[in-house]
Amino acid sequence: MLKALVIDPGKCTGCKQCEMACSYENEGEFNVAKSRIRVFDFHEQGKMVPYTCTQCAEAWCQQACPVNAITTDPLSLVKVVHENLCVGCKVCTIACPFGTINYNASTGKVTKCDLCQGNPACSDACPTGAITFQDIEQTGFDKMKVWAAQAAAGSPDAPGAKAPVAKH
Amino acid sequence: MHYVILGAGPAGVTAAETIRQKDRNGRITLIGGEPEPPYSRMAIPYLLHGDIEERGTYLRQKPDHYDSLCIEYRHGRAGGIDSRRKELYLSGSDPVAYDKLLIATGASPVIPKMSGSNLDGVVNCWTLADARAILKRADKGAPVVLVGAGFIGSIVLEALYQRGCDLTVVEIAPRMVARMMDDTAGGMLARWCREKGVKVHTGTKVNAIRQTGSNGGATLAVDLSNGQAIPAQLVVLAAGVKSNTGFLVGSGVKVNWGIQVNPFLETSAPDVFAAGDCCEAVDISTGKPDMLAIQPVAVEHGRLAGLNMAGTKTPHRGSLNMNVLDTMGLISSSFGLWQGKPEGQTAKLIDEDNFKYLKLNFEGDRLIGAQSVGLTDHVGMLRGLIQTGFRLGGWKDKLIASPERLREAYIAVAQGAPIGGPTGPHVNTPIAKAAA
Repeated sequence: MLKALVIDPGKCTGCKQCEMACSYENEGEFNVAKSRIRVFDFHEQGKMVPYTCTQCAEAWCQQACPVNAITTDPLSLVKVVHENLCVGCKVCTIACPFGTINYNASTGKVTKCDLCQGNPACSDACPTGAITFQDIEQTGFDKMKVWAAQAAAGSPDAPGAKAPVAKH
Repeated sequence: MHYVILGAGPAGVTAAETIRQKDRNGRITLIGGEPEPPYSRMAIPYLLHGDIEERGTYLRQKPDHYDSLCIEYRHGRAGGIDSRRKELYLSGSDPVAYDKLLIATGASPVIPKMSGSNLDGVVNCWTLADARAILKRADKGAPVVLVGAGFIGSIVLEALYQRGCDLTVVEIAPRMVARMMDDTAGGMLARWCREKGVKVHTGTKVNAIRQTGSNGGATLAVDLSNGQAIPAQLVVLAAGVKSNTGFLVGSGVKVNWGIQVNPFLETSAPDVFAAGDCCEAVDISTGKPDMLAIQPVAVEHGRLAGLNMAGTKTPHRGSLNMNVLDTMGLISSSFGLWQGKPEGQTAKLIDEDNFKYLKLNFEGDRLIGAQSVGLTDHVGMLRGLIQTGFRLGGWKDKLIASPERLREAYIAVAQGAPIGGPTGPHVNTPIAKAAA
């Protein structure tokens, strides 16, 4: 069963527990600068937007890698960096148009969200349900509901219509 | 159907794999010009560092990768093609008949015109064989002269520095990485290098390389246009590359700087395609053909050529020029029209003390190019904004006022966060902290 991170910025309070959990899970330290999920703070609007890799089908990072150090897990469709193969050339960091694969100067390798091998620490840590890890069919159904609501309201800008969905 | 792919770099290998996805039964022959399995030149600096072994440079890791896809990998150097008889000539072997041919022969280093460029100890940095030659002489403390501080030169520079060589860099252009970044960025890089103990001579020509006999390990001397003579144990030439198209003379395949192609990557000869460094395909920033000799573009070309060869007609919409460079820990990148347009607005953040620079170039309210130094977080967003052509609306003025708000701007326009308000959102970026 494919599962995806579903992000609802409307529920995010900006507590950054997702960033702390991510850096601890993946880097062994509480250092939000090393988190693979980032919360962007739109102070003017009082809006917080958690942001991370969508595990996109195009896999720009994987295609750009010169040494095949990024592969797609056949079961989860997650794009995984193999640190033993990564040479640290950073081409993936400029090739990813979402900016969600980043260079880690302390390891000399790149890092990206790999959904914590199927148990994402960010969604576990999120106290408000702004980040949830859901079965993808459920996600599709939710998306359909949003579109239906939009169509019913006759507005492409209906509230909630733009909640970004990170999916496989 | 026999698909023949001449050249086993990223473009050729990607094309072969793409064809196999689309055509389970066709015969695919992949011809490499070097003795090793297909490998990536991008990885050579890391081999010189000692971070990886040679097999770490291979494009694909599994030894049976090509066999498992029924791709015949063989060695051969291009001698010529007869596009009417549909035959490819390789030096020292029988002609190879093809139904569809992909030319992905890449590029070769330009050897600057000077006396002594053929001396023992003067090497390019392009192939694995070159890398082995460099490794033989680039000992710790060895005097090394690097000729050329363009993109490739600057990557090699990093590797030679890591090996502990006593390094001198000579660049004919007035600044480092002159075709990737402006004076501000190039100046920062040169200052960074000098602070790390690397001697940098920009705006300087190499007049000649001389044999001097044994002089404390240095057997060569490099005469510069500024009058200095630099002793060297190793001279590495990195003065640019040119397309490998010499074998196409008289073949009916039209060549300008590189092989000319249409949007389907077809050359002027029927059933002959071209991809990667050897061809001139569309640059998305200008809409005109250009040689963008970079890894991601080679892969794009390879994939599209493969699709078109296997019958899935897919036009090339253009590639984005982009580069990323690590100069002894100082990371820089450039994207698209990094020079900007004369009539366009720009946003600039310059922090000389902390080696940080961000320049954004706009046309109307769209981002068309960018340069960065000392900024790595979410740097791919620059590509995202340029290649999608998202309209920045009110965010353009916010970026002109505070370029470090780039990431917010991206999220806002790409994910639909609202625009407005008097003070603006606040994100602590490394640049914002450094500037404070």
